[in-house]
Amino acid sequence: MDLNIVWFILITVLFTGFFILEGFDYGVGMLLLGRKENERTQFVRAIGPVWDANEVWMITAGGAAFAAFPHFYATMFSTFYLALFLMLLALILRGIAFELRGKFQNHDWKLIWDGAIIFGSFVPALLWGVAVANLLKGLPIDSEMHYAGNFFNLLSPYTVLAGIFFVLLFAFHGANFLILKLADERMILLLKRKAAVLGIATWAVYLLFIVASIFETDVMSKMVGVLIFASALGVLLSSWQFARAGRQKSAFVCTTVTIAMTTVGLFVALFPRLMVSSLMPEWSLTIYNAASTPGTLLIMTIAAVILVPIVLLYQSWTYKIFKERVARID
Amino acid sequence: MDALILSRLQFAITTVYHFLFVPVTLGLSIFVALLETWYINSGSYEERIKLKKLVKFFGTIFLINFAMGVVTGIVQEFHFGMNWSEYARFMGDIFGAPLALEALTAFFIESTFIGLWVFGWDKLSEKMHCLCIWIVAFGSNLSAFWILVANSFMQHPVGYEIQDGRAVMTSLLDLVTNHYVFGEYSHTFFAGITTGGFLVIIVSAWKIASDEVSREMFLRTLRRAVLYTFVGVLGVMGSGHLHAQYLNEANPMKLASFEALWETEDPAPFAICADINQEAGRNDSEITIPYMFSFMVHNSFSGEIKGINDLQKEAMEKYGSGYYIPDVRGMFWSFRIMVGVGGLLLFIVFVMGVISFFFGENIKKFSCCFKCMPVLLPLPFIANSVGWYIAEAGRQPWIVVGLQKTSQAVSPNLSSGEVWLTLIGFTGIYLLLAVVAVFTAVMFIRRTKITEEEKEGI
Repeated sequence: MDLNIVWFILITVLFTGFFILEGFDYGVGMLLLGRKENERTQFVRAIGPVWDANEVWMITAGGAAFAAFPHFYATMFSTFYLALFLMLLALILRGIAFELRGKFQNHDWKLIWDGAIIFGSFVPALLWGVAVANLLKGLPIDSEMHYAGNFFNLLSPYTVLAGIFFVLLFAFHGANFLILKLADERMILLLKRKAAVLGIATWAVYLLFIVASIFETDVMSKMVGVLIFASALGVLLSSWQFARAGRQKSAFVCTTVTIAMTTVGLFVALFPRLMVSSLMPEWSLTIYNAASTPGTLLIMTIAAVILVPIVLLYQSWTYKIFKERVARID
Repeated sequence: MDALILSRLQFAITTVYHFLFVPVTLGLSIFVALLETWYINSGSYEERIKLKKLVKFFGTIFLINFAMGVVTGIVQEFHFGMNWSEYARFMGDIFGAPLALEALTAFFIESTFIGLWVFGWDKLSEKMHCLCIWIVAFGSNLSAFWILVANSFMQHPVGYEIQDGRAVMTSLLDLVTNHYVFGEYSHTFFAGITTGGFLVIIVSAWKIASDEVSREMFLRTLRRAVLYTFVGVLGVMGSGHLHAQYLNEANPMKLASFEALWETEDPAPFAICADINQEAGRNDSEITIPYMFSFMVHNSFSGEIKGINDLQKEAMEKYGSGYYIPDVRGMFWSFRIMVGVGGLLLFIVFVMGVISFFFGENIKKFSCCFKCMPVLLPLPFIANSVGWYIAEAGRQPWIVVGLQKTSQAVSPNLSSGEVWLTLIGFTGIYLLLAVVAVFTAVMFIRRTKITEEEKEGI
C-alpha cells in the first residue's frame, strides 16, 4: 500500500472523527431552537467541555489535507469560497457565543447568543452536506485544477438534499447524545419524542439521498460504496428503533456508526479521486496528482500514527471525567 | 481594486486582528498557570479563597480572549486555500506539514485541556487541575512555534528544493532549526509575556484604584505582573536586537528598508528620522547618528551594511527585472513606533515597579493615576501589530522570499466582487465582536470582587 492510500485513509479517519464528534454538538446546537432559557443552559452545559476539542477535528482534517494533498486543499477551499465564508461567519459566532452567553444574567443577552449557536450549528452542518455531495457529484474543474464555476454551481437539488440530510442526521445524533447527558426527566421525555420524529425523517431523507446519488453520481460503478450506504441506512433504522424503545446508548452508538459508515462510503465512492471534474474525468483531482511528495507524506504518516492515538486517548479521558449527567436547572 | 489587492487586505486585516489576541493567550496563559500554582501551594483558608477567585478572575479574561483567538485562527487556516490557492499548491509540501503538526500537537491539547480546566474545578484534584492550565499554556506556545516555523520558511527558505515548479521539503529538521525560527519565536514569545503581563498590570492598577475591597489582592498581582512584564520587555528587546543582526545575512533588504539605508555604507549611520523618497530611491533629508547602524549590526564602529539600491541591483541580477523594494516609508516608521513603544513600556513597568514595591502602603494615593491607566493598554498591541507589519511587508514583493511572488499566489478563480463581499463581511464581524468582547470583559472586571466571602464573586 503506498503512502497516498495511507493518507487517503487518514483523511477519511479525520473527517469521520469530525462528523461524529462535531455532529452531535452541531445537533445539540440546533436543538436549542424553541427551548426555554434554563433548558438551553442545560443543553449547552452538556457539550461545554468538549465542543472546542471536537472542532479541532475539522481544523486537523483541513491541515492534514493541506499537508498531504495540497492541490485538493487549494482547489476545494477556493472552489467553496463563498460557502466557506458563510461557514466561517457561523463558526465565529458560535465559538464566541459559547464563551459569552453566561457572562451576564440577562435574558435577552442569552437569547441573542443562543440564536448565534443555533445559526452557527445549522449553517456548517448544512454546508458540509452540500460540500461533500459536490465532491462526489463533480464540479467544473479545468485542466489546471482551477474551479471554472461560481457559487450557484454548488447548489443543486441533489447537493441541497445532502445538506438537509446532514442537518437531520446531526440533529438526531445530537438528540441521542443529549438524552444520555441530561438529568432533567421532563427534557429527556421531550427529546425522546423529538428523536422518534427525527429518526424516521432522517431515514427517509437518507433513502432519498442514496437513490439520488445513483442518478446524480457514479456510485454505482463501485458496488462496495453503495453497499456501505445501504448498511448505514439499516443501522440508522435500528437507531430509530432503539430510540423509540428507550435503549438510548444503543441509539447513540447506531447514529455514530451511521455517520462513520456514511463518511467512509462517500470516500470509498470517491476513491482514488478527491474531487471529481465534471468537465473531463481525467481532470479530476486524485490521491496521486494532488499529493505532496513521498518524503513529506512519510514524515506526516509517522507523526499521525503516533499522535492521533494519543489524541484519542486524552479526549476519551475527558469524556470519562465529564460522564455525569448535567444537573437540572430551574 | 482587483482580487489580489483585496485578498491581501483581507489577509492583513485577519492576521492583525488575530494577533491582537494571540500574544495575550501566550502570555496570560502562563501568568494564570503561575497564579494557580501559587494558589495550590498557599496556606490559610481565607488566603486560599481569595487566590482561587483571583485565578478565576484572570482565567475568565484569558478565556474571553482565547475564544476570540480561536475563532479568528480558523479563518487564518482557511484563507490559505480560499484566497491563496496557488500559494497552497506551490508551498503545500512544505507549509502543510507544520500546519498539520500544529493541529495535531497543539490545538488538540489546548482545546481539550481548556475544557477540562473550565469545567473541571470540582472533578479534578487540585494538582491535576493546575496541570491542565500548564498544558494549555504549553499548547498555546507550541502552536506559536509551529506557525512560526511555517512563517520563517516564507521569510528565509531552507531545507527545500524546487521540483516541477513547486517547493518540496528535503528536511523537516532544517525547517525547524532554521535560524529565522529562533529569532521570530523568541521575539514573539517575549512579546506575549509583555502583552499578557501588561494587561494584568493595567487591570490590577485599575482595580486598586476603583475597588476598595479587592485592593489588597490586586496589589499582589500588580507586583507579580511587574516582574513578569519586566522579563518580557527585556526579552523582547534582546531577541529583537539579535534578530535584526541576523537579518543582515538572512534578509538584508528587510533590514535596509526599515532603516531606510539606500546606499551601501561602511560605517553606516543610523537614521533617527528621514524624509523618504521611495520613487527617487533616497531620503530627501534625514537626521542620523554616524557609525551607529554599523555598531548595532556588527557590534563595532565599522562594518559594511548593504543599501537598498545595491540590493535591488543584486535582486535584478538574480531574479530578473522587477521591483524588489518593499514599502520603505511604512517599514521605517513602523520600526520606530515599535522600538519607541518598547522603550515606553519599559519605563512604565519600571515606574509601576517602584510604586508597587516601595509605596505599597500608600498605594491609595496613586488612585487617580491608576484610574487613567487603561488608556495605556493599546501600547503593546500597537507594537505587536507594527512588528508584524515589518515582518510581512518587509518580504514584499515576495510571498516566499526568492521563490514565489505574492501576485502569483492568489486564487485565480476569485472575482473582486466575491472578495469585496467577504472582506466587508469579515471586517464587519470582527468590529462587532471586538466591541462585544471588550464590553463583556470590562463589565466583568468592574463587577467582580476578590474577597474572602465564600459565596460572593465568581
